[in-house]
Amino acid sequence: MSDEKTTTGSVPFDVRTRRFDLASFLFTGLTGAATYLIVAILLIIVGNVVIKGWSHFNWHFLTGGTEKMFDVDTAGILPMIVGTSIRVILMTLFVVPAGVITAVYLTEYAHSTSIFTRIIRGAVNNLAGVPSIVFGLFGLGFFISFIGKDMDAVLHPGSTTPIWGKPAMIWASLTLAVMTLPVVIVATEEALRAIPQGLREASLALGATKLETILKIVVPQALPGILTGAILAIGRAAGEVAPILFTGAAYYMASMPHSVTDQFMDLAYHVFILSTQSPNVEQTRPILYATVLALLVLTFSLNIVAILIRSRMRARMRALQ
Amino acid sequence: MASPETESKRSIGWMGLARGHKARPAEWIGEKLIFLVSLSAIVMVFLIFVFVAREAMPVIFGQASSAVGGKLIAAEDIGKLSPEELRAYLQLTPEEFKEKSSDTLKLLVELKEETAKEASTDKDASLNTASWRYMLKSYQWSDYDKPEYIWQPVSQVKKFNIIPLIIGSLKVTLVALLFAVPISLAAAIYVSQLASPRVREVVKPCIELLSGIPSVVLGFFALIVMASFFQGIFHYSSRLNSFVAGVALGLAVIPVVFSIAEDALTSVPRSYVQAALALGSTQWQAAWKVVVPAALPGVFAAVVLGFGRAVGETMVVLMASGNASIMSWNLFDSTRSITATIAAELAETVSHSAHYRILFMIGVLLFVITFLSNLAGDIVMHRLKARLEGKR
Repeated sequence: MSDEKTTTGSVPFDVRTRRFDLASFLFTGLTGAATYLIVAILLIIVGNVVIKGWSHFNWHFLTGGTEKMFDVDTAGILPMIVGTSIRVILMTLFVVPAGVITAVYLTEYAHSTSIFTRIIRGAVNNLAGVPSIVFGLFGLGFFISFIGKDMDAVLHPGSTTPIWGKPAMIWASLTLAVMTLPVVIVATEEALRAIPQGLREASLALGATKLETILKIVVPQALPGILTGAILAIGRAAGEVAPILFTGAAYYMASMPHSVTDQFMDLAYHVFILSTQSPNVEQTRPILYATVLALLVLTFSLNIVAILIRSRMRARMRALQ
Repeated sequence: MASPETESKRSIGWMGLARGHKARPAEWIGEKLIFLVSLSAIVMVFLIFVFVAREAMPVIFGQASSAVGGKLIAAEDIGKLSPEELRAYLQLTPEEFKEKSSDTLKLLVELKEETAKEASTDKDASLNTASWRYMLKSYQWSDYDKPEYIWQPVSQVKKFNIIPLIIGSLKVTLVALLFAVPISLAAAIYVSQLASPRVREVVKPCIELLSGIPSVVLGFFALIVMASFFQGIFHYSSRLNSFVAGVALGLAVIPVVFSIAEDALTSVPRSYVQAALALGSTQWQAAWKVVVPAALPGVFAAVVLGFGRAVGETMVVLMASGNASIMSWNLFDSTRSITATIAAELAETVSHSAHYRILFMIGVLLFVITFLSNLAGDIVMHRLKARLEGKR
């Protein structure tokens, strides 16, 4: 796409008369101001968190336990970091295969005009817009009180305490996997579409079947895109609280989770607890800011890595075409 | 994407046996599996609706009951009732009833008797407040002077009027949209039409990062920083209110509206702008009078999808809105939204009680609202793209 015209875009002069044009000036100024306001808001939030969280953000805090959750000197966030990490890793195992296969179907097999393809696309878009709290209700209504309860009835008949039919790490991960499915599908699809048709044709011309072409040529070429999708999904899921409120996150746990049926402590949920349920907000403020900083470092580094991989991928694809 | 040539390389027929192909059952099965997995998104949307609605079903059809009074049965008479009558009396589902031993059942009957005796002083105790009449219309409760809409699920007479929650959600959403839509549309016009490529390369990742901020962090920021900041300016009485929550929610909506509007604006063919410029218009005239009208449906879609995001956002509202279900249109009053109500109360409800089911019911309401706004936005955007690409 050629962008010569945009380089003169913000000059508030009438091109013909070269006179100062007030309307141009105002329009460009106002829209520009709105743009920089958004950037400024981002910087204010990040700056506020970094400045106030930095002093408490140290190794001792990151690797400390939570025997005393609201004690400024001893409280740490290691159990939350572990809990959040395991739940997003489990989620990735579920969501990446499903998302990639759906994207492969949409780009390689489906007829782009058929009504069926439209329905799949509509469902993907809709899934992306379902409120996160509804995912929480879904996790509780489907995974815990339907699947989990039935698993208990089959696997552990006669047991009085539920093993699967209660909030657990596995259910939280599955709920998040459903939520982030559109993220993986959209990112993978973009990567698959950017692969030159010539590569597929060359493979087919050499006698490969369609499935062989997909598995050995198309998907490997799209790996950066798949990686982008997975990272974006992890970044999105790591910060979500609403879907795990009823499906697995625990307010406090004395020990680390041992199996997928255990509940877990969570970094994002811990931010919520520290900001709303602290016995003394002023006193616990350093832990709160440091926890927010840890969460922001996690989600931002994931997002930045995804943006970098994607821009490199786009540049390479442009070169290929 | 599937051209005729690639089509012929697929394994066709049952198990790939047709048209003189070499049989490739593995491929055939693989392709069928790919097809099956691709249905996952449709299946999930369907399951979400079905399983959230399943828990809400008794409330939707008016079968749930929260009445405390009514005819009482003494614990000694338990043997005289048929199991079915007892089940209906205790408001249990058949499965739950089966799980309970006779001792537990007796205990439940006694418990019910006790609660009823305690509540008998209140004449509203015998009302079934979980029916539609009390959930939607105002009612004159015994301690109040005039009919009122009240959400008060933990009291002797549980009041489940959902109107204050709906108004709470709308108030916060309205503030969020009033704040976010003008800013993000202006920014989308600037970035797509007026900014230099270098500015664009900086701004777009920044907005992407803004969308990467977890909503719990935005809620934290509103609660700790913004609430005091705005209180210093406007001097309102309740520190947490729908205004603070709305502005914070706006920060979550900006990236949504921006990215869709920007997408719509950049998909307007370059030739439109070039033609306008050739006719002597200035840059802003071309942007405002040619590009924006051409992409107007996309701008509309952006606003609709932003609305869907704002209505469904939970953590920001839960943390910054004050969570008092006050029936008022004043923006500086504390407020309680649908999403925050579910998040705050579900963990404390008794499984399958009327309260529990009503929370699922407002979840269904939320799902339907966002489903419709997403559908509308999706259709508009699809048509716009088809039209612009057709004209190219």
